[in-house]
Amino acid sequence: MSSSRSSRWGLRFLGIGYLTLLLLAPLVMIFFKTFEDGIGPPLDAITSPDGLHALKLTLIMVAVAVPLNTIFGIGCALLLVRHRWKGNVIIDGIINLPFAISPIVIGLSLFLLYGANGWFGPALADVGFKVLFSIPGMILASVFVSLPFVVREVVPVLQEIGTDQEQAASTLGANAWQTFWRITLPAIRWGVAYGMVLTTARVLGEFGAVTIVSGSISGKTQTLPLFVAKQFEGFNFAGAYGASLLLAVLALSTLLAMNLLKRKEA
Amino acid sequence: MGITVEGANKRFGDFQALKDVSISVPDGSLTALLGPSGSGKSTLLRAIAGLEDLDAGRVMINDEDATAKPAQKRGVGFVFQHYAAFKHMTVFENVGFGLKIRKWKKPEISDRVHELLRLVQLDGLAGRFPSQLSGGQRQRMALARALAVQPQVLLLDEPFGALDAKVRKDLRTWLRHLHEEMHVTTIFVTHDQEEAMDVAEQLVVMNNGQVEQSGSADDLYENPANEFVMSFVGEVNRLGDSFVRPHDMEVVLDADERTQEGMVQRIVALGFEIRVEFVLADGTEIWAQLTRPELQRLELEEGQIAYLRPAQAKSFNGSSPSETIGASTPHGSPDEGDAEKPAAV
Repeated sequence: MSSSRSSRWGLRFLGIGYLTLLLLAPLVMIFFKTFEDGIGPPLDAITSPDGLHALKLTLIMVAVAVPLNTIFGIGCALLLVRHRWKGNVIIDGIINLPFAISPIVIGLSLFLLYGANGWFGPALADVGFKVLFSIPGMILASVFVSLPFVVREVVPVLQEIGTDQEQAASTLGANAWQTFWRITLPAIRWGVAYGMVLTTARVLGEFGAVTIVSGSISGKTQTLPLFVAKQFEGFNFAGAYGASLLLAVLALSTLLAMNLLKRKEA
Repeated sequence: MGITVEGANKRFGDFQALKDVSISVPDGSLTALLGPSGSGKSTLLRAIAGLEDLDAGRVMINDEDATAKPAQKRGVGFVFQHYAAFKHMTVFENVGFGLKIRKWKKPEISDRVHELLRLVQLDGLAGRFPSQLSGGQRQRMALARALAVQPQVLLLDEPFGALDAKVRKDLRTWLRHLHEEMHVTTIFVTHDQEEAMDVAEQLVVMNNGQVEQSGSADDLYENPANEFVMSFVGEVNRLGDSFVRPHDMEVVLDADERTQEGMVQRIVALGFEIRVEFVLADGTEIWAQLTRPELQRLELEEGQIAYLRPAQAKSFNGSSPSETIGASTPHGSPDEGDAEKPAAV
């Protein structure tokens, strides 16, 4: 008994120590570094016009990419789980691509597609639609990199709940749409919520792909992570740390919001 | 009226779940689809409900062709083996679901739901969630939910399969009473012959995607169409080509020209009924069903030699109708005919 108890404590210590060293310590460091010279310098950097614009752009990315990927994710998960056919294997593989490919490669491929010599670039330019170095391109990149999260969270939940409840609803007179809204969606809601939180976190922090397609123009096409990088390169550490902390707070608060909702329901 | 299925065929990949199945269920009756797992009984039930599309064949519900209708338009109440409770809804919301879909007004829904909850003896639990109910309560809730929309037919897929023995027995008695009150055409699927005989007025025995025989419990028991029905509906011993019910197996202590010698292997007392297991000279294992007084009279003991005589036996030649070859009444009637020979071993 006592040896198993001590080994359990050993494991716990190891686990916590590992997480502290790898995850917690850097975050704590940023926190302290940010406020090294008081709250003034980081606050000034964030509230500068460029900083505020970066915050606004980041929130726009989230506001567009998260709903898009949520709708797509739920639809795609339904297709994969509820409509079995051979093409599913291919869809399943393609969905994982954003996980497998480095974001910078994604950025480059978008650049090739929508650039001045790309497949779609010239045609879109003719109708006056600018994708690269502007918000549409950045949204494309954000949607691309954060695409799999909702699908990946919802698929196992759909598999677990099975089709009994949906079939029961249909025998009770519900059509497909009513069944989806009243039965399926409520049953998968926490999978969807968790996927949305992960998507939000991913979009908030996206750097590689957005760097390439945006050009990172201060006050124009700069999201918070790009702003952090610019500040860092310019040796404005207070600004870099301040914006970093802001990003971390944004991500954590979405996670917190979900947990609060979940607790309220339970 | 009632439910008619004609020439139903259904294939899942390489597996032929239904082969040219035709059944007819009288209006207002309580019918059991009985068969082992994989016999196609659930597929047939789901096809009637519209939860499964047939490859070929027709489903008629109350003289109306329902084959092309989606499940939500067939007016069936369906009860699933694992309840299919809407987990995020209370008992009240579960039962009221079909009414809400039909856009009933709130006070009317409330009246109807409470009426049904009283019927299934769940009044007082309206505010609970399914996770807070026992299995039997969940299944009664599912039944109330199916009945709420006043279905033309009620279909139950192994409704008591996931419940323990005591609850099962209570629920099936209760289902029979409910059917007597409501008189809605009801089909239920089961693999348990005792359950089927206990609850249903008509039995349809299925095997390998086909209907083997249908009729009343008595009919199937007394006149089974083939070996499968005989062994599935009731217990049976096999003696060479013929089949003997354990209660038709007479046990005597003196040999005559119609008896076979057997050694008592085991005596199992199941209350009034006693199961005596024998092994014959050629190694065949058979058992006889005796009553307690019979056993006491014979004074059988394990390891003892006794003599067995089938009072009645059946044999089936291919798929031809049944033929009774051992028609002797207990203790030998003058009309011995075929019964002269002991069932061939």
